[in-house]
Amino acid sequence: MAYLLVIGTRKGLFTARSEDRRRWEVKGPHRLDTADQADMSAVYAVGINPHGGRILAGTENSHFGPSVRYSDDHGRTWHEPGSAPIAFPPDTGASLIRTWQFAFGDDPHTVYAGVEPHALFRSSDGGTGFTLVRALWDHPHRADWFPGAGGGAIHTILPGVLGAGERVPGAMTVAMSTGGVYQTRDDGASWTATNRGISAVFLPEEEPEYGQCVHKVSAGPDGVLYAQNHHGVYRSEDPAGRGWTAVEEGLPSDFGFAVVAHPHRPGGAFNFPVVSQEVHLPPNDRLEVYRTDDGGNGWRPVTRGLPEDPYFGIVLRDGACTDGADVPGFYFGTRTGDVYATTDDGENWHQVVAHLPDVLCVRAAEV
Amino acid sequence: MRVTVHLPGLLRADTDGAAHVPLEVGEDTTLGGVLDALGARYPGVDRRIRDEQGRLRRYVNVFVDEDECRTTGGLAAPLHEGADVRVLPSVAGG
Repeated sequence: MAYLLVIGTRKGLFTARSEDRRRWEVKGPHRLDTADQADMSAVYAVGINPHGGRILAGTENSHFGPSVRYSDDHGRTWHEPGSAPIAFPPDTGASLIRTWQFAFGDDPHTVYAGVEPHALFRSSDGGTGFTLVRALWDHPHRADWFPGAGGGAIHTILPGVLGAGERVPGAMTVAMSTGGVYQTRDDGASWTATNRGISAVFLPEEEPEYGQCVHKVSAGPDGVLYAQNHHGVYRSEDPAGRGWTAVEEGLPSDFGFAVVAHPHRPGGAFNFPVVSQEVHLPPNDRLEVYRTDDGGNGWRPVTRGLPEDPYFGIVLRDGACTDGADVPGFYFGTRTGDVYATTDDGENWHQVVAHLPDVLCVRAAEV
Repeated sequence: MRVTVHLPGLLRADTDGAAHVPLEVGEDTTLGGVLDALGARYPGVDRRIRDEQGRLRRYVNVFVDEDECRTTGGLAAPLHEGADVRVLPSVAGG
């Protein structure tokens, strides 16, 4: 058994492979195409299909546009579909800017992509061709969704997840900036805003039905959801009913981008605080990760092994993940190009690699 | 009429390595029509130059002889016998 960590950066895609999750063999930037057109692309989204291990990478070449590239051999060789894998239909008038997220269905061939501008796409062939999920695109709220500083995109896709309880076939939670959290119970045919309790400091209404700038949502093994908002950290067992509860007490800031729930232990989650919407730096100039073991009622820093010197790189919304292993590894990368891992729930962090370009996203899996 | 499309190295993987692509097109063909013809011959290259709505990508410049097409009608820019169409990445990226 080995572990594969895929790292998307502003300038290319890297991988790290390890047998023990302590010593890593790092490769990259990977050669994604024979003309080296994509090698320096920004990679805002990576995904590792749990059914077979295909890696998907959402690439964005600053000149020649976005695409999706894939590898079926853990990054050794890369391929691009012959026609644009994600493209808006002509009647929408929209053009793909970038892919922000991949998520995988229960069958090996279903892949979801969250993109900018705000839209959800679905693939039935493992990620070489995608179709727009029309009902969400046609949602009457869409006219009011607007881009934040990072662009307007669907960046969180949680198939089968609605809140506490078992996975629900045909259900899904998505989140977007701005717009907030939406859920479907009928395989994407209809969507409901589920933002009760989440603030929107940039809107006149304190808690609007929708329009929030949710930065990331992560689901625990019990289905409980954790949301890092544009100011505000929340937990919800039932977004469509009781709504969201603020759980930022104990964190040095309620602002941030990433949150990762523990894959096996209910109530566990990691948070990566950022000073504020005006100051995208770590609080107190320190690289700190915070952990909760009780669903956000309390947080404590877990920093052993992280730099003790002043540090100025934050963790972006997809810059943290878990490999989901029985003894789970957690990983995060920073905008200053350092990647860390832990296999003991953050009690000890180890550096995987340093001095990469800005880390935009990480995903890891047993392979 | 005959025009020639010149492509940067980064796009030649999409044209089987061809740097210069001569095309025979109708007399009234515009720049957009030439890109259509280029895409018909090499399906992968057009999406690098234009997005799925047929709009020129922001940081791709296309010159007809010496003139960047945005100053001469964009994709509706007229062409002439022997025109050179140059696709060049703009000042961006890296």
